This record gives sequence, structure tokens and C-alpha cells, in this order.
Amino acid sequence: MNIINFTPISAFVGGSLIGFAAFLFFAFNGRMAGVSSIASRSIINNKNRFDNILFLFGLIIGPIIYSFSGKEIVSVLTNSIPLLIIGGLLVGVGTKIGSGCTSGHGVCGISRFSLRSIIATITFIITAVITVLIFGM
Amino acid sequence: MTKLSSLISGIIFGLGLTISGMVNPQKVLGFLNIFDAWDPSLMFVMIGAILIFSPLHFIFKRKSRPIFAENFIVPANKNINKNLIIGAIMFGAGWGLTGLCPGPAISAISLLNTDVYLFVLFMFIGFYLGNFIQSRK
Repeated sequence: MNIINFTPISAFVGGSLIGFAAFLFFAFNGRMAGVSSIASRSIINNKNRFDNILFLFGLIIGPIIYSFSGKEIVSVLTNSIPLLIIGGLLVGVGTKIGSGCTSGHGVCGISRFSLRSIIATITFIITAVITVLIFGM
Repeated sequence: MTKLSSLISGIIFGLGLTISGMVNPQKVLGFLNIFDAWDPSLMFVMIGAILIFSPLHFIFKRKSRPIFAENFIVPANKNINKNLIIGAIMFGAGWGLTGLCPGPAISAISLLNTDVYLFVLFMFIGFYLGNFIQSRK
């Protein structure tokens, strides 16, 4: 193992902003900022639907506001159509059945010391590491 | 008023995802690629988010209610069940195949990479499927 492309400062600063955003959502709306729950509820559940859609809209305009700083945003993604379809379905079904994703379990759940979230986070990270090990990057 | 706080939380969350580099699936895959060339940045994103959210949320939770909403909504389920584990495994597999999880996938919509639209479309189809599977039980 060797370490490459490590950007600890921007990662920590960006992560702190994510934590602060989650705190605002909790303090004002009383809810957990789990993106998979917010996104799935925006189409499945009528309750707080407009709140959920506006949160997602905020996620989309975050990078646009960042781009005003003049810095380039790098985003490299596979263009394999089967991989995008299968990946999207697995992420959608998995986070719905497993009640959370990196933000809901990984950030909010661990912050609350929820055993369920700690186990879910360990499980999805190990599975993702094995997946990369098998299929490569 | 919860609509305004939803939008602002979403924007700050999206900024955090952008600054931390998490809108770049290649960077996420770099974290999952532990056994080869490892980029530990994602771990610092989570640590930053937890260090901010955890203490602030514990302090704020002592209040009787959130600022705009009527009451706090915190996940009550404490069961470590089959759904949690199967869901986390499916999510981990989809995350490892593409480097995308729900937050960054939705934020990356603004980067106008058409490949991410396909992923997001099938992620939402996955939410529906997951909801259907859950409601049958």
C-alpha cells in the first residue's frame, strides 16, 4: 500500500462544512441530513416533500456557488452504461432497504453513537473495498 | 420557514462535498482502493463532519424543540436486522462499482456530466424498488 492524492486539509474543511450543514438541518428542521432518506422521501412520501426537494436543490447549486471562486471542479466518472445502471440501482435499493448511506449512517448515525449505523457503515465500506479489489477502479 | 433552512443546509452540504473533492468519484474510489494506491481523504471528510455534528447535535438536542419545526425526528429503530445488513452490502457494491453515493451523485448533476444523470435516474428507480420490496413484507 502506498498513499497518493491525499488532500487532508480540503477534506477536513469540506467535511466540517458537511457536519455544519447537518447541524443546521437538525437545529432548524429537527431532522437528520441523510441524503438517501431525503432523496427517497422526496418521491415516495408527501410529508415535508418541498423541504426535501429544496435540500436536494441546494446540493445541486453548492458546486455552482463554489465554481464562482474560479477554481475548477474535477469529477471523473465511468462512462460504462451497464455499470451506471447497475450501480444506481444497487445504491438506490440498498440505501432504501438499509435505511441510509454515507451521510445518514456514516456521518449522522455515527455522530449519535447509533450501533445500527456503525454496523451499517463498516458493512458498506468493507463491501465497497472488496468490490474495488475485484473489479478495479 | 423550514423550506429556507432546508435549502441553506443543502447548499452548505453541497459546498462541503465540492471542497472536500467528494463530487469526484475517482477520489472516492481512491479511498476504497486501500490495497493498492490509497487516498485516505474520505476518512478525513467523515472525521471532520462527525467532529462538528456530533457535539453540536448533543448540545442542541437538550432543547425542547427545533427552531422552525415542531419536534425532533430521530431514527428510533435500534434493531440490527437482515434488511440493514443486506441493504448496506448492496449499497457498498454499487458505491464500489461507480464511486458514487447519493449526496455526491445529486451534487454532480450541476457539473453537467451526462453519465451521472443515468446513475441518478436509476438510483431513484432503486428507491422505488426498495420501497416496494419493504412494503411487501
